[in-house]
Amino acid sequence: MGATDDTRRSLGLVETQRVVLFTEDDPLVLDSGETLFPVEVAYETYGERAADDRNVVVICHALTGDAHAAGHHGDPDRPGWWDTLIGPGKPVDTDRLFVISSNLLGGCQGTTGPSSIDPATGEPYGLRFPLFTVSDLVKVHRKLLAHLGIRRVLAAVGGSLGGMQVLQWALDHPDELENGVVVCATARLSAQNIAFSAVARAAIMNDPDFADGDYYATGKGPDHGLSVARMMAHITYVSEESMRQKFGRRIQDRDEPRFGLGVDFQVESYLQHQGKAFLDRFDANSYLYLTRVMDYFDPFADAAVVRAQLAKTKTKFLVLSFDTDWRFDTSHSRGIVRTLTAHRVPVTFREIPSPHGHDSFLLDVPEYHRTVAAYLDRALEESV
Amino acid sequence: MRADHDVIASLVPAGSRVLDLGCGDGTLLAELIRRGADGLGVEISDDGVLACLQRGVPVLQDDIDKGLGDLEDDSFDIVIMSLTLQAVHHPALVLQEMSRVGRKSIISFPNFAHWRLRTQLAASGRMPVSPLLPYSWYETPNIRLCSIKDFEALAHAEGLTVEQRILLDEGGSREGAVAERAANLLAAGAVYLLRR
Repeated sequence: MGATDDTRRSLGLVETQRVVLFTEDDPLVLDSGETLFPVEVAYETYGERAADDRNVVVICHALTGDAHAAGHHGDPDRPGWWDTLIGPGKPVDTDRLFVISSNLLGGCQGTTGPSSIDPATGEPYGLRFPLFTVSDLVKVHRKLLAHLGIRRVLAAVGGSLGGMQVLQWALDHPDELENGVVVCATARLSAQNIAFSAVARAAIMNDPDFADGDYYATGKGPDHGLSVARMMAHITYVSEESMRQKFGRRIQDRDEPRFGLGVDFQVESYLQHQGKAFLDRFDANSYLYLTRVMDYFDPFADAAVVRAQLAKTKTKFLVLSFDTDWRFDTSHSRGIVRTLTAHRVPVTFREIPSPHGHDSFLLDVPEYHRTVAAYLDRALEESV
Repeated sequence: MRADHDVIASLVPAGSRVLDLGCGDGTLLAELIRRGADGLGVEISDDGVLACLQRGVPVLQDDIDKGLGDLEDDSFDIVIMSLTLQAVHHPALVLQEMSRVGRKSIISFPNFAHWRLRTQLAASGRMPVSPLLPYSWYETPNIRLCSIKDFEALAHAEGLTVEQRILLDEGGSREGAVAERAANLLAAGAVYLLRR
């Protein structure tokens, strides 16, 4: 099954649903102690849920993902962000698995975040939105499952920030996840990782149109800053080799350089396009909050706490990295493996060869897909 | 089950936390897990790792010649390496790493001083081939062939104590007691249980 044969199909047309999960009477209590309500969540589901819930897979998205992971919303040429991995006959095989994918807390694609209306003021939260943690993201995932009446989770699957949620979930609730699939993630950002986030935030917050985060009513936002943040982040998502192959030093739309300060090289044109396209789908304040969540993530910081959490865990892990990923290179995944194995948690680890850098987790890398497919196949067999 | 796996499994107490270096397709680990062990494999080949995944055997894809840096001191009761020592580049380093991460080690290897191999080399003048060493010289993964005497000298030099030695015949099964009289000549291979 999976990536090795031709049975892969698209889910076809899918729909995003919305539900209010936390209300004034039952607010979301954040790690900071602050409360938040209402919290609305956008989510999609794919496949058929087994009567005993033994086939439930939860997808956790990365920094700029959304609920629309697979299938399409009307245009088959514009599938969900993880359509390579999720669908009938694909590694996350919706012929057999029931898949839930939701937009993260603090996001801007249907789930409550800084661009949502603060009921206390009737205005968008902006920077008055409370800071939150990866554990808080997990609380919202769990509340959605409770709302759907789901009693067990075969696997939580995520790449990058998504993998961080999977790890945190397994630590916070050692008896809940049967399996965790953690792809090109980290248990702790390095100084270099935080530095990139810092520059991205500086670009946004120093944009004259940022207006301290209250740009929603002004008709303009920190577009320049957000697109620069995205351009820079994009560089970290791909490998030098893939950039060399894709662009080299080629000149955009002609053979000879223009010798000017404007966009001249193809790579410049490409990044500029990426930056601009991002403005249509992402909110600058969400970008600030979600990058900050990653900076503070450090679930293995307290050895005694980790020992207690992992002593009880029933979660088995698949941890994957990609050899050309320099955003969260293999040493980050190895760090996770080291801590899990030291506490006798069953882990399978592979570093997958792929030329595409951090972005590999979103792409059709056959060895990667074979691995996820084999792992989930076995997990489903064992879950009876 | 491979005959030498049977011998190795008999040395692993139920409930042990076991690491299997060069675990291949995970057959031995799956059997040990079935018998109540808590197991982890290390394997370098894609096919081996995928087979482990299909069996539900936890495995780290890694090159044991580079050490076991992801594994903590004393984190296993027993570290196994079956018929793999002769295929690593740095046997001494691997032995050190085994005794660092585990309290005991079990190592099996083919004995290159077995009489049949000696005879083959002497009589034909060509590199010996046997059931435990089935490859021609130009395609063999076995690059660090040693005899029982050689291995015991290395183990001694590394400060390891032999707790138990089980001699193997050419099929990988337990040799008869008579082989003990001249193990280096009569045994086709051996399994060692070592401690620091």
